[in-house]
Amino acid sequence: MADLSIVFAGIKAPNPFWLASAPPTDKAYNVVRAFEAGWGGVVWKTLGEDPAAVNVSSRYSAHYGANRQVQGINNIELITDRSLEINLREITQVKKDWPDRALIVSLMVPCVEESWKFILPLVEATGADGIELNFGCPHGMPERGMGAAVGQVPEYVEMVTRWCKTHCTLPVIVKLTPNITDIRQSARAAHRGGADAVSLINTINSITSVDLDRMVAHPIVGDQSTHGGYCGSAVKPIALNMVAEIARDPETRGLPICGIGGIGTWRDAAEFIALGSGAVQVCTAAMLHGFRIVEDMQDGLARWMDQHGHRSLEAFRGQAVGHTTDWKYLDINYKSVAHIDQDACIGCGRCHIACEDTSHQAIASTLKADGTHAYSVIEAECVGCNLCQITCPVQGCIDMQAQDTGKPYMNWTQDPRNPYREAG
Amino acid sequence: MIDALNHLPRPRAGADQLAEAFSDLAPPLTARQAAVESARCLYCYDAPCVNACPSEIDIPSFIHRISDENLQGAAERILSANILGGSCARVCPTEILCQQACVRNNAQECAPVLIGQLQRYALDHADFTEHPFQRSPASGKRIAVVGAGPAGLSCAHRLAMHGHDVVIFEAREKAGGLNEYGIARYKLVDDYAQREVEFLLGIGGIEIRHGQRLGGNLSLAELHGQYDAVFLGLGLGAVRQLGLADEDAPGLLAATDYIRELRQADDLAQLPLADRCLVLGAGNTAIDMAVQMSRLGARDVNLVYRRGEADMGATGHEQEIAKHNQVRLHTWARPDAVLLDDAGRVRGMRFARTQLIDGRLGDTGETFELAADAIFKAIGQRFDEQGLGDPLAAQLARDGERIQVDAHMRTSIPGIYAGGDCTALGQDLTVQAVQHGKLAAEAIHAQLMLNVEAA
Ligand SMILES: Cc1cc2nc3c(=O)[nH]c(=O)nc-3n(C[C@H](O)[C@H](O)[C@H](O)COP(=O)(O)OP(=O)(O)OC[C@H]3O[C@@H](n4cnc5c(N)ncnc54)[C@H](O)[C@@H]3O)c2cc1C
Ligand SMILES: Cc1cc2nc3c(=O)[nH]c(=O)nc-3n(C[C@H](O)[C@H](O)[C@H](O)COP(=O)(O)O)c2cc1C
Ligand code: SF4
Ligand code: SF4
Ligand code: SF4
Repeated sequence: MADLSIVFAGIKAPNPFWLASAPPTDKAYNVVRAFEAGWGGVVWKTLGEDPAAVNVSSRYSAHYGANRQVQGINNIELITDRSLEINLREITQVKKDWPDRALIVSLMVPCVEESWKFILPLVEATGADGIELNFGCPHGMPERGMGAAVGQVPEYVEMVTRWCKTHCTLPVIVKLTPNITDIRQSARAAHRGGADAVSLINTINSITSVDLDRMVAHPIVGDQSTHGGYCGSAVKPIALNMVAEIARDPETRGLPICGIGGIGTWRDAAEFIALGSGAVQVCTAAMLHGFRIVEDMQDGLARWMDQHGHRSLEAFRGQAVGHTTDWKYLDINYKSVAHIDQDACIGCGRCHIACEDTSHQAIASTLKADGTHAYSVIEAECVGCNLCQITCPVQGCIDMQAQDTGKPYMNWTQDPRNPYREAG
Repeated sequence: MIDALNHLPRPRAGADQLAEAFSDLAPPLTARQAAVESARCLYCYDAPCVNACPSEIDIPSFIHRISDENLQGAAERILSANILGGSCARVCPTEILCQQACVRNNAQECAPVLIGQLQRYALDHADFTEHPFQRSPASGKRIAVVGAGPAGLSCAHRLAMHGHDVVIFEAREKAGGLNEYGIARYKLVDDYAQREVEFLLGIGGIEIRHGQRLGGNLSLAELHGQYDAVFLGLGLGAVRQLGLADEDAPGLLAATDYIRELRQADDLAQLPLADRCLVLGAGNTAIDMAVQMSRLGARDVNLVYRRGEADMGATGHEQEIAKHNQVRLHTWARPDAVLLDDAGRVRGMRFARTQLIDGRLGDTGETFELAADAIFKAIGQRFDEQGLGDPLAAQLARDGERIQVDAHMRTSIPGIYAGGDCTALGQDLTVQAVQHGKLAAEAIHAQLMLNVEAA
């Protein structure tokens, strides 16, 4: 079986699956259960200064798909609501009992050097493997000048990172907020401050739904609500893009990335790794299904790696980064055309109506003698947009086939139709 | 009629047990089941299920609305195409209609969407405070509908909606046609048929006159003269005969006669029980009869059919139900003689074995006997000629024995329309009758409006 072990920013772990700083890592009881289940590491629920934060009731709400499938969760929880002393004591004990697992401590204290100078030695004394700076919490904490309020200002990110590198010897992972316009600015700032790694994403500002009887958004506290942080499967595409943006940014080249956001299966994890992540963190999937999912993730990832001859994660890490580029470098001459496998087609008509109403009228519907319809692609009209393939309920039924156009690679910067093309 | 069976014993089972045996064959979906099932629908375009529904219900749309927690919207979508959608949801052989056509009904997709069950769910839970359809301004036109079965009721409702006034002439005491008197009791339970009629009449403008029999106290000429249009939804009132001696002997009767009593019985424990029973035929009526007798407690229920299993009219699903209810099937056997005891009552039947000879059914020469306390004929319904006895009615062109109609349900006499089982168009199914009634109403409406414009 493939070797799943990693060394991430100098931190060793038996596998790349870490639990993100959140309720699953709130206290020793959970973390021990997580290690028993097989998680390679945890980022302890964010610690702060005493007195500890106070939480409200209720706290979570969800965005559902058909059949009550949870697409994403929104939460309005704060950082740990337990005292610093209890947390530090538990961290010390757990690290002692589980020396082979990665134990990272997430931190969030006010944006003054003294606060960091005070807490960092206490954390270091626990024997923890590293610290993660929570610059991402989007609700509650920013109102107090912490969390996303820091993460949204690159200068603060750089400054606090530098304080941490100054006052502690542990690897420093900077956790980034996605609630910004260009994630690279935050990553570059962390890099300048001396960060050993970045982790992303934290949660995204959100309101999941509104109770139309009571006219209040969810989650409801009394008769009010507030925006929270969105996570879970629905945020994966956003997280993947941000990871890729950093991975291919020359200014932060080589900076270790811990991928977070919507990871629930081995395939999700493999995708983050392919885009450059050296480890991944999971929160929502564990909150929905329990810690046991890590077994399936380990098993699936190792088997996939075996099938593809990858002995270690490094063997395929970042392999998709080079294929991610700017739009202007895409090959304008490349052409693909939809092809329907008539044996697999169940005749639902979805491809036809999608293309007919909203794309390029490239799927013909032919009435058959029995009153049902047959569907076929009009190749000359098809622009290869993928929409029909997306809406088709039968996996593999519509195949997007590359066409041999006989034309060489040409991107937009070279295209004669581009009035601003680079002289060549 | 059931006098013919009065000498038989009564069911042994208690009232509770019998009630259980005749409760919903397919229990209704729970809210959770409906949510799961509605989410399985792919919301097809030009959906094959709609194409396969004789009443053209917009199935993807109503299922989508169930999924969207808009049950009233779902119900209205169904009812706008099929005002008897509630009974159709329960009695339709979906396995040969919408669900057969469903794109998820193939090996890769596991199973079709349970369209009938979802339809029932929407209608059971829609909870309308008032009738969902409004009448157009009064047209001043009056239309006579003969027969308050699915065809007649559907026609009347659609006509009323278009602002016409309707009088339904019905021979029997209750409206509903075979929904009231013919459908297996476990398919359409309790007083659903009557409640559905009441709901339908909620639109207003429809009067039902009971005890009015065309060919009896009513003539087509009269109706034709007094009303702006006439719709005939007479169904099939007569039963095919075996053509054997002693066909009227106590112990031998039409399955539909027994089922009618069974559906009307307040106390199932009072029905005559044929412990050893023979049912002749292989259509759904035969299966209904056999299964109901089995559920009443009969020990030995035999279905005898003159051809092979592959030729049976009953759907595969119906045949499965029969098997589950311990009904034994005998094929390739033709009734040859009614066997009577000393008191002149049925004691069994002699059958001649049959086979195909050059594609034609013939006897093998062998015979065998089956003992029975009662024999039920389910070899088909026939058009009841008495209904068309008067001189005008006699002029109606026929298609075989049934009334001939065109695609707009027009008969050969202008102003007279017909639909449902009494015509040869389509299958003999409730949903087909509803569609015919609806189409006829639209045709009548179009014709009357044309006349108004022309005047
Ligand atoms: C035993 C049995 C079981 C069946 N099971 C199913 C099933 O499970 N699913 C399914 O889809 N279909 C089933 N059918 C078929 C279905 O019931 C019919 O197709 C449907 O009822 C036809 O409707 P209709 O309005 O044409 O006729 P009917 O329902 O027969 O209604 C005709 C009406 O006209 C009245 N009438 C008749 N003659 C006159 C007259 N001369 N004057 C005044 N009124 C008159 C009758 O009293 C009756 O009310 C079954 C039929 C039978 C016999
Ligand atoms: C209830 C809840 C509480 C969280 N609390 C913290 C926290 O204290 N510190 C932190 O850095 N991130 C916190 N997060 C964010 C997660 O660590 C993680 O970044 C985010 O949920 C995205 O990953 P996921 O899609 O796997 O859930 C919290 C998330 C949830 C759902
Ligand atoms: S790829 Fe796009 S354009 Fe081509 S057939 Fe499909 S939907 Fe139409
Ligand atoms: S969407 Fe797929 S299954 Fe449906 S008609 Fe098109 S090709 Fe066939
Ligand atoms: S064919 Fe099946 S899946 Fe498609 S719309 Fe009809 S019920 Fe839904």
